Amino acid sequence: MAIPLSYNFRNLFVRKTTTIMTALGIALSVAVLVGISALVSGLNGALAVTGDPLHVIVMRQGSTAELNSTVTREQFQNLKFIEGITEENGEPMASLEVITVFNLPFRSNPDEVANVNVRGLPPMGIRLRETAGTLQISRGRWFDPGKREVAVGRGIFETNDGTSIGDKLNFGRGEWEVVGVFDAGKSAYNSEIWADANLLAVDLGRGGTLSTAMLRAEDEATAAALKNRVADDQRLLLEALSEREYYEKQTMSGQPVQVLGVFVSIIMAIGSSFAAMNTMYAAVARRAREVGVLRMLGFSRGSVLLSFLLESLLLSLLGGMLGCLLVLPLDGLGGRIGNFITFSITTFEFEITSGALLLGMSFAAVMGVLGGVLPARAAAREEILGSMRNV
Amino acid sequence: MSEETGQGEQAVELRGVVKEYRRDEFSVLALNNVDLDIPRNDFLALMGPSGSGKSTMLHLIAGIDRPTSGRLTVLGDDIGGMGEKELAAWRSENIGYIFQTFNLIPVLTALENVELPLLLTRLSKKQRLENAKTALDIVGLSDRLDHYPRQLSGGQEQRVAIARAIVTDPAIILADEPTGDLDAASAKEALNALALLNEQHGKTIVIVTHDPHAARYARKTRYLEKGDLLPEGQLPEDWFATTAPT
Repeated sequence: MAIPLSYNFRNLFVRKTTTIMTALGIALSVAVLVGISALVSGLNGALAVTGDPLHVIVMRQGSTAELNSTVTREQFQNLKFIEGITEENGEPMASLEVITVFNLPFRSNPDEVANVNVRGLPPMGIRLRETAGTLQISRGRWFDPGKREVAVGRGIFETNDGTSIGDKLNFGRGEWEVVGVFDAGKSAYNSEIWADANLLAVDLGRGGTLSTAMLRAEDEATAAALKNRVADDQRLLLEALSEREYYEKQTMSGQPVQVLGVFVSIIMAIGSSFAAMNTMYAAVARRAREVGVLRMLGFSRGSVLLSFLLESLLLSLLGGMLGCLLVLPLDGLGGRIGNFITFSITTFEFEITSGALLLGMSFAAVMGVLGGVLPARAAAREEILGSMRNV
Repeated sequence: MSEETGQGEQAVELRGVVKEYRRDEFSVLALNNVDLDIPRNDFLALMGPSGSGKSTMLHLIAGIDRPTSGRLTVLGDDIGGMGEKELAAWRSENIGYIFQTFNLIPVLTALENVELPLLLTRLSKKQRLENAKTALDIVGLSDRLDHYPRQLSGGQEQRVAIARAIVTDPAIILADEPTGDLDAASAKEALNALALLNEQHGKTIVIVTHDPHAARYARKTRYLEKGDLLPEGQLPEDWFATTAPT
């Protein structure tokens, strides 16, 4: 039978200061890892949620992003009547849109600016996205077509200066008045500013050539067929992909942060493992006589090894729990990250998932085992008489 | 060295036991060709100057050290030939060991310390606690079950250690300087407990001691000198010059 766990718990409690200091070291490593996971989850969530399976984005052949795509009004006229597009009041749900970026200062630091996507779209573009589900105006109203008005996404409103209702934004050929704030759930549209497509296209000097077209298919099977029809139509010279596919590609923008975060976590974890090892070596040295007594009473070397290993594991799991608690307040907190595909910022909400917490606790457990195995082995290898005399 | 003849059933038999410690090119002969029989239910005190081999003999009987040569039989088992795991199991079943410095686990209560050896048995939790309470009752500490070692006096700590040593109902109790760290009153408490175990519970007891008062509780005292077990009744040279019995 194993040495009781209460022995390990109480030993950790008796040397409170060492336990807390070591656990904090482990907690920081876990916090970095869980924090990065929450960031990546939140970002991926924002990008993945944006994609509606019934929406098809049409771009110029070879374009990798809406920003470097062109779709002419003539092409759009042909597109609108391709079979498979759903209709609303007899009108196909298709939207010709124009995309650009401009600089906006941050609320937190007005000296710092970020690229923000500005999307020009017709009323059908808004209805099409409203039909998909989560889009709604949360403050003020939508812009009126033909007026130099904009509605800003919730993420932009929260992070960027000059985006309150009544504020004037200066881009294109003049000022645009903010008349509303829209909430697109967790989607990446929250990071955009929307204006009237025709007016913005004129402002940008792109009267006849806009950026992309968005189509809404009747169902998922039709959406797939729609993509093929666009690609196969030799008059169009356009290509189509589902909105979900398009935004999933952008999840790559989180990868550099993820790689860096995991790298930093691993470096910190190595340090934390050594701290745990140091703590456990000290515990083994201080309790050499106790180990001798336990062996004398008949507990095997295996029991002693398991006991010290479990103690190291308990210590690291305590650190893991502290680390998870440290990052919990991040859950739901807004963040922003540069998207190197759209050349603009994407706002998102940190999302601490149960998977991220499990990852953090597993990471802590690995640190505990790595840090505890050598001291535990040293304790188990000690001869009984040697243990009794080593004090 | 002494030659003994068996007297009925023996608890411990040493035949030509030699223990030599080697470190680098140096060697120390701790026990030199010792023969000894300890009958069951005996209470033997081993005395002698420091370095005479008393504790070494106790360690060999307890199975925590092995003889360099010779035969060592305890309760009919040739423990010199046992493997480590087998010896650990044998020890937990047959030997109760009491240390000079008590060696209680400081983070466990008196009851938990006494329960510890029972974790190696198949007893249920309830049975373990009952047995541990009984052992503490025998040494007169049934009112100190939940006390931690730091909350007990030296004498009480040693009595908890005695309870831990007897809780598995071993046939042999070995005590290494059990009164060495105790004041006179506490030493008396501990020795009375050992005498009680010998007289009323039939335990075979071997104690190593420098203290002639402690030795008086034993039925028999044997002396060692420089690794030799002296013949019965013989004391080491200059014994009275190096000790001050009162």
